[in-house]
Amino acid sequence: MALSLPSLTIAFAASRLGGPALTPFSWNLFADVQQIFQYAFMRNAFAAGTIVAIVAGVVGYFVVLRSLSFAGHALSHIGFAGATAAVVVGASPVAGLLVFTVGAGLGMGALGKRIYGRDVVIGIVLAWMLGLGVLFLSLYTGYATEAYALLFGEILGISQRDVLITLIAGIITLLAIAAIYRPLLFASLDEDVAEARGVPVRWLGVAFMALLALAVSEAVQVVGVLLIFALLVTPAAIAERLTTRPEVAILLSVALALGITWAGLAIAFYAPYPVSFFITTIAFAAYVVVRGAQAIRDALAARAQQTAVVA
Amino acid sequence: MIERSSSDSRLEGSDARMNTENDSAQPVIELDHVSVRLGARDIWREASLSIAEGEFIVALGPNGAGKSTLLRLLLGLVTPSTGRVSIFGEPARRGNPYIGYVPQRRTSEAGMSVRGRDLVALGIDGHRWGVGLPGAARRQHAQVVDEVIEAVGASAYADRAVGQLSGGERQRLLLAQALVGAPRLLLLDEPLASLDVRSQGVTAQLIGRLARERGVTVVLVAHDVNPLLSSLDRVLYIAHGGVTIGSPDEVITTERLSALYDAPVEVVRDRRGRIFVVGLDEECAHPHVAQEV
Repeated sequence: MALSLPSLTIAFAASRLGGPALTPFSWNLFADVQQIFQYAFMRNAFAAGTIVAIVAGVVGYFVVLRSLSFAGHALSHIGFAGATAAVVVGASPVAGLLVFTVGAGLGMGALGKRIYGRDVVIGIVLAWMLGLGVLFLSLYTGYATEAYALLFGEILGISQRDVLITLIAGIITLLAIAAIYRPLLFASLDEDVAEARGVPVRWLGVAFMALLALAVSEAVQVVGVLLIFALLVTPAAIAERLTTRPEVAILLSVALALGITWAGLAIAFYAPYPVSFFITTIAFAAYVVVRGAQAIRDALAARAQQTAVVA
Repeated sequence: MIERSSSDSRLEGSDARMNTENDSAQPVIELDHVSVRLGARDIWREASLSIAEGEFIVALGPNGAGKSTLLRLLLGLVTPSTGRVSIFGEPARRGNPYIGYVPQRRTSEAGMSVRGRDLVALGIDGHRWGVGLPGAARRQHAQVVDEVIEAVGASAYADRAVGQLSGGERQRLLLAQALVGAPRLLLLDEPLASLDVRSQGVTAQLIGRLARERGVTVVLVAHDVNPLLSSLDRVLYIAHGGVTIGSPDEVITTERLSALYDAPVEVVRDRRGRIFVVGLDEECAHPHVAQEV
């Protein structure tokens, strides 16, 4: 199912598509959810959003741990060039996205963790790739919708087939992470000791970048190239602040990504603004709340300590 | 090569524990005419040395002389261009389960949000594939981790994020991580660097005690020999591609160091027994402190 204009509100889209009549939001949440799931495109959106949130939550934890958030951001931009290139040659944008991100991920991984000034190199490549994307878009005239969807996400236009592809890619990503979980954690926390213990740190770095590329390709469908941080980094960054246990942090990161995605979809169903806006805003708000609460807690603890010393 | 003097009693104790064939005959570490070339630079030239089971060796030398290279050689991370490196009679290789390693610390742990206990646990099964499902093995691991954390005296803060700990506290947990796999050889790269003077002494004592209790052979890279004098058996001095091994009084002398540097170097003792190595180059102008007489 493809909507002609991705910026349409859901209410408008629903009536246009001749679905059941839309009733406004009520405080009977059960009825609201029932109504949301009456629409196939909302069912697809929730399915894809759920898969992507789980994958992004898990992969995001290692992104934060390995300080790869900029690399993840860059991968999404490189994916944009890939997707637009695919559109030009008449292929599926998702295929172009996958090929470019995984290729770039493997390249970055091969450079290794210790390349000096890597951020600069990534930034230079990123800018060039966005430029390429613009070129490809101009070659394929009259397709601004496609660009909009890639840049800002178009989860409401996701088809059942796309959901299936996302599911398969998601399962592959999660199984692969599970298979390399312990050495990846070891290498992410203490590369030197892990290497000495026989962990193939370089190989793992390349493998993780490939998995990150897969996750980025999936997340692009939900929040788009420019907003990838909201799902890939923010939930994990919040989780990392809330717990010191890796397993708990990963579960928390997944839970946050799910909550943010679901809430964003549900609100966007009733409000005339894009899903991506709600997802990114909720993610940002959650981060601000956690940081704020921690700052207050630390200040209170410091004051309590001071009083104790004085007394 | 200078004979080892003070570690014989220690050696016997560890022989009984270690349960390997011909321990007493076989050195733990043997370097046979080892040369290392990194890029266009000769780091080591034809160096030979032998370290026995249970010895506590402190490796000294100017920056860039190849102290860390020694550890990387033993870990199998650097391959010698000539010569042979044997550990427990076998060629050095990566992932040797008998070696515990604490690398030189960087600032990277400062932001580490993972608790110390999890970092220590990686020393047991961090190199294994998969997620490590809960079960009897995991419970047993948790118990081993508990014991080691207790042994290094880190129980009070093992559940806090590593990034929130002081340098000395982190160093204890990293030591616990290196010890948790029950190694027979402990390689420590500048474990006392960036610790305040008191923590240096306390950490040095701790390492010495744990090594003795567990019969572990130690090679410790240090900048200052002073806090380690009561723990060490021999000093390994590395400079200008050459290696000298022996007691501090034997090695840190005007004659030996001048020969090693191939330049006039003077070793001066003050009235408290501290030794200063004074050379023409700034590279050898750092103080070493010797046993008070």
